[in-house]
Amino acid sequence: MLNNSLLKIVIADDEAPARNRLKDLLSDIEHVALVGEAKNGLEAITIANDAMPHLLLLDIRMPVMDGIEAATHLQKLAVKPHIVFTTAYDNHALQAFELNAIDYLLKPIHLERLQTAIDKARALQGILNAEQLEAIKPLLPARSHFSINERGRIILLPIDEVIYLRAELKYVTVRTSIREYLIEESLTTLENEFAQTSLGEQFIRLHRNCLVAKVYIIGYEKRTNSTSITEHGEHDSTSGESHWVALLKDIPDTIVISRRQQHLVRS
Amino acid sequence: MRKSSRIPNFRNLGINLRLLIIVNVITTLAAIFLSSGLSGFLLSLTTLLAFVLPILISSMLLLYAAQPALNKLPYFAACGIILLVLPLITLLFLSQTSDLLILDATQSSVRPVLFTLLVTMIVLYYFNLQHRAYSPAMAEARLQALQARIRPHFLFNCINAVLSLIRTQPKRAETALEDMADLFRVLMADNRDLVPLAQEIALCRQYLALEKLRLEERLNMTWQIDNMPPEALIPPLVLQPLLENAVYHGIEPLPKGGEIIINVKSIAKEIHILISNPYSISHNQHIGNKMALGNIKERLLLHFDLEARLTSAFKNNRYEVHIVIPHLKNTNA
Repeated sequence: MLNNSLLKIVIADDEAPARNRLKDLLSDIEHVALVGEAKNGLEAITIANDAMPHLLLLDIRMPVMDGIEAATHLQKLAVKPHIVFTTAYDNHALQAFELNAIDYLLKPIHLERLQTAIDKARALQGILNAEQLEAIKPLLPARSHFSINERGRIILLPIDEVIYLRAELKYVTVRTSIREYLIEESLTTLENEFAQTSLGEQFIRLHRNCLVAKVYIIGYEKRTNSTSITEHGEHDSTSGESHWVALLKDIPDTIVISRRQQHLVRS
Repeated sequence: MRKSSRIPNFRNLGINLRLLIIVNVITTLAAIFLSSGLSGFLLSLTTLLAFVLPILISSMLLLYAAQPALNKLPYFAACGIILLVLPLITLLFLSQTSDLLILDATQSSVRPVLFTLLVTMIVLYYFNLQHRAYSPAMAEARLQALQARIRPHFLFNCINAVLSLIRTQPKRAETALEDMADLFRVLMADNRDLVPLAQEIALCRQYLALEKLRLEERLNMTWQIDNMPPEALIPPLVLQPLLENAVYHGIEPLPKGGEIIINVKSIAKEIHILISNPYSISHNQHIGNKMALGNIKERLLLHFDLEARLTSAFKNNRYEVHIVIPHLKNTNA
């Protein structure tokens, strides 16, 4: 990038004074354009979808979606933006940032340090790599959304709208009441991630290949000749054996409950 | 409140409760040794209790009345008096009731008197040990260690907010810095003495004014303190950390914010403080909360022993902390 071309910046902080302070500082720096202000990570992604900023300054602790989660979703943009985290005080996060050379700014932010961060962004340094993303994952309390890339834009799926997650060959199908999405993650990885957070309570594994949101289960039924979805979404009618299926709210799909999980039905 | 005298405070609920328990346990043990079989045990327990309880209760009443006088005496003199007077009460009691009691009339009064003496010595020794464990030096050291520490998060966010005001609203920046100065003066002071409730409330208002600067319309407060005795004493910085928790765990995770309700009232010689904030499980993964509560609980214990309580509960999507402390006034501090 040319040294004096305009660098597009989005800032995200839930506190108005903190945003004002950043705006003041940015007004003192040349060749930058503030293209958006967000109150949380979700807003930052919505803005980034249209504005295609070069640099995002993300506060770590924000309601709705925190900065760390927003950073992981932003990786799905066609052109990955530079990300600099901002925080007033967060020992835990700072250790991880230091260890993995992830850019951050401490609030109150110094003009010179902001300038340095912007210079780095101009020099195309500061795009998070896979290792760094892996390192910040444990800092995430519990993800609020799944994200997918559709025609260069990030589509966010609130985790509360997810009815079930089903493992496919290389992907995981995410089912909401409206449609299905494919995400490039493994079900085991997701299950492990959930187990570390409060989401572990929200989802239950009914089958080897399926995690179901407890709130969407409305009942169980005993079926003899299966017409329900099994592995890889194929219809299974091989046996006349009876088995249990879970009935779901809002959608006609049913989930076969594997033998090992059948004790869940009785309880 | 913890007295400087080593004589146990016989007007303290906790001390009296321990007294009752210790004496009854010893009596029960004595009954076990004196008897064989269950019915024998029950018989000797009733007999012993009929004899022990009146003496115990009259002794406790006497000690309650004599507390101010005992406090003026040196420790060993006071103990000597107690060890002399309590067996005398026993003797008096025996002489008045010898005709009516089931006790063996032929038995001399030596054994009951010795029993009283022994139990009194055990109790005094126990309180002495306990006092040493919680001796003023120890208690002070612990109080100091437990002194409320403000979240660094708050300090830096606050400075940041003030910085944002300097260019556009210098007047508000001035007020904010003044509030910060007051707040940090209290935080850095030696906070081992009780302060009037009104002072703590004023500090809380300054603290919340600073938070309001950052969180703006997301932070709403409701003060229900019309029935608050402003002169009642409270350990300093008990309420402020609770409000800090309420802001950090209750308000900050909510995009639209919420309301913190502070209710302080006096009921029957006790001060009740209720602080409640919105709480949604899905937004909260922090455990820091528990530590602040434990810290405050321990400070209340050191100041008031069993006469203070701290409880917390989730009610209708709100988190509520309830503190009860005895209503102390400056005069008897």
